Amino acid sequence: MSRTPEGAPRGPEQLAEPRHHRAEIVYGLVAFGVGLLLASQLGSELSWQPGTIFVRQPGFVATLAVAGMLVFGAFELFFAWRRNASGRGESMLGEIIDWLRAAEYAAWFMAYVLIVPNLGYLPTTLAFCLSLTLRLGYRNGRTLGAALLVGLATVIVFKGFLSVKIPGGAFYELLPDGIRNIMILYM
Amino acid sequence: MSTLVSSLEIISRIDVVMALLIGSIGGVIIGAIPGVGPAIAIAILLPATFAMEPIVGLTMLLGIYGSAMFGGAIPAVLINTPGTPVNALTTYDGYPMTERGEAPRALALAYGASFVGGIFSVFCLMMLAPVLADVAPMFGSREIFLACLLGMLLVVIAHRGQNMAAGSLLCFGVWLQSIGLEPVGYTQRYTFGLSWLSSGVNLIVVVLGLFALSQAFLLLSGRDEAPAPPILKGGLFRGLWEVLRFPHIALPAASFGTLMGIIPGVGEFTAQFLSYTWAQRISPKPERFGRGAPEGVIASEAANNAVPAAAMIPLLALGIPGEALTAMMLSVFYVHNVIPGPNLFRDQLDFVLALYLCLLILNVLALLFLIVATRPLLLVVALPNRFLGMAILTLSFVGVYSLRNSVTDCLMASAFGLLGLMLKRLSLPIVPIILGMVLGGIAENKFRTSLPRIQSPLDWINRPIAGVIFAIIVAVLAIHVWSLIRARRGRSGALD
Repeated sequence: MSRTPEGAPRGPEQLAEPRHHRAEIVYGLVAFGVGLLLASQLGSELSWQPGTIFVRQPGFVATLAVAGMLVFGAFELFFAWRRNASGRGESMLGEIIDWLRAAEYAAWFMAYVLIVPNLGYLPTTLAFCLSLTLRLGYRNGRTLGAALLVGLATVIVFKGFLSVKIPGGAFYELLPDGIRNIMILYM
Repeated sequence: MSTLVSSLEIISRIDVVMALLIGSIGGVIIGAIPGVGPAIAIAILLPATFAMEPIVGLTMLLGIYGSAMFGGAIPAVLINTPGTPVNALTTYDGYPMTERGEAPRALALAYGASFVGGIFSVFCLMMLAPVLADVAPMFGSREIFLACLLGMLLVVIAHRGQNMAAGSLLCFGVWLQSIGLEPVGYTQRYTFGLSWLSSGVNLIVVVLGLFALSQAFLLLSGRDEAPAPPILKGGLFRGLWEVLRFPHIALPAASFGTLMGIIPGVGEFTAQFLSYTWAQRISPKPERFGRGAPEGVIASEAANNAVPAAAMIPLLALGIPGEALTAMMLSVFYVHNVIPGPNLFRDQLDFVLALYLCLLILNVLALLFLIVATRPLLLVVALPNRFLGMAILTLSFVGVYSLRNSVTDCLMASAFGLLGLMLKRLSLPIVPIILGMVLGGIAENKFRTSLPRIQSPLDWINRPIAGVIFAIIVAVLAIHVWSLIRARRGRSGALD
C-alpha cells in the first residue's frame, strides 16, 4: 500500500487525466443506487406544502441534491462501464476483497469505543495499542514499547492537558478515593 | 494604528504564543510523516480546540495547516514520497536531486521556496485587507449564495477526468447536510424515523471518518513501506539563499498559489500544476524538469505554500471555505459564535489582523525549526505504515468520541471511514463531500434569506457583484465545455 496521502497525484499528467481503476464501476453502481433509493423516498421523507412553489418547499435543496446524485451517478456508471468494456486492468474482485479486509479495523475501532466507558480511557487505550500492534505482527520489544508510549501520550495530552470530554470508566469506581479522582479527571 | 496595537496584544498572549509554537512545529512534524497530513491532524484536533478561545484554536490549526507543507517536502525530496498530497510535484525534481547527492540543496530550496510562498501570500492578504473590508459588505445573501454555487461548480470542474464522480460526491455532501430538521418549516428531512438523525449529520464526524479513520484503515490494511532516508551531508543555509537567484520562478509561483487559494474549490493541486508547467515553459532547459531541476522544486513548493494564507480570504471575508481544511476551521468560528464574513472585518479587524500576523510568524517558526531539526525529523519519516495506522486510529477515537460521547457518532465515523477508504483506493476525491456539506448548508441558508426579495429570476443578478459572479459562473462553464470539446477533437484527431 502506498504511503501517498489522499488524492496525491503522481505527476502533472495525472492532474490532467487521473488513473481509473476497474472497480470504479462499483462506486458508480453505489452512487447511482443510493440516488435511486433516495429518490424513491422523496414523497415520504420530505414534506411538501400544498400551494407552495417548488423553490420554496422545505425539501427543495434535498431534492436537487438527490437529482444531482442520480444524474452524476448515472454518468459515472456509464463512463466506468465504457472504460471497463474497452480495456483490461487490475482485478476488481481483489480490490473489493481489500476493502472488506479493512472492515476488520473498523471492528477494532468500535470495540475500543465500547470498552472505554467500562474499563476507562487509559487502560483501554494501552490495551488497544498493544493488542493492535501485536495483531499487526510486530513482536519486538521496541515497537511494543512504542505502542504503549503512543497510548500513554495520547491519554496524557488529550485528557490530561487538553481536558477533552471523555468520561471516566465504570471500572474506576472500584479504585481507592484519591486515585479514583485523578483517574476520572486526567486518565 | 490602534487596531495594529490591539492585534499585537492578542498575539503576545502566552496561550497564543504556545498555540503558534505547537501548531507550527507540530505541523512540520505531521507534514514530514507520509500518510498523515494536515487534514487528519486538524480533524483530530478540532474537537479539542472547541474548548479554547477562537484565536488560540485557530492559531494552532492554522499553524498545522501552514507549516505541514514545509515538512512534507522532506520525504518528497528524500524518499520520493510526498509528506502531504500537495508536495507531490516536489518529488519530481527533489528526489532526482537526492539521487545525484544533492539532498541538502534540494531540501533547502524547498524550504526557501515554501517560505517565499508563505510570506508573499500573507503580504497579499495584508494588502488586500482594506480592499476586502470595503468590498465584503457588498456581499449580501444573493452574492454569497452565488459565490457558493461558483465554489461548488469549481470543485467539480477542478477534478478533471473525474467530473462525474466529483459531482455525485458533491451532491451527496449537499444531501448529507440537508438531513434532519430543516430551518424554515421545522419539518424532518430524510431521517427515516430515526431520532438520532433529527439533529442532522455532524460535519466533524464525517470529516474524521473520511480523513482520519479512512487513512488509518488504509495504512492498517496495507503493507509496511518505510524506505530509509539517506544520510544528509552538508548545511542547508546556502540552498536557502539560492532561492533568491530564481525570483522569476518563486514570485510567479507564489502568485499562482495566492490566486488559486483565493478561488474556492481550486486549491493547491491546481496552483502547483499551473506553477510547475509555467516554470517549465519559461525555462531555457525544459527537458531538465522531472530530472532534478531546482526550478521545479521551487515552482511546486512556493505555489503550494502560498495557498493556506490565501484560502483564508474567502473564509474570513465571506464566510465561504474554499477547501476541506478551511471548511473544518469554519466550525471553530461557529462554535465560538464568531461569524466570519463581511461583519468580521468591520467589528473585529484586530482579530483578523492578529490571524494575519500569526500566519506570518508561523512561516518564520517553521523555517527556523526545519533549519535546526531536519536531521532528527528523518526518524519520523521512516515510521512504519501500519504502526502509523494504529496511532491514527487511537487518535481518531479522541476526535470522534470527545464530541458528544456518542457510540452512534463513532459508528457513523467508521462507516464514513470505510467509504473514504474505498474512494482513496480508487483515487476518487473526498473533498467534494465536505465542501458539499459546508457550501450546501450556506447556499441553502442564503437562498432562503434571499427568496422574499426575489420577484423574477433576473433579481438574482441585478446587483453589480451578483452580476459579476454570475458572469464568472457562465464563463467557467463555457470554458470547461469548450476544453472538453477540444480534448475530444484532439483525441479523435490523434486516432485519425
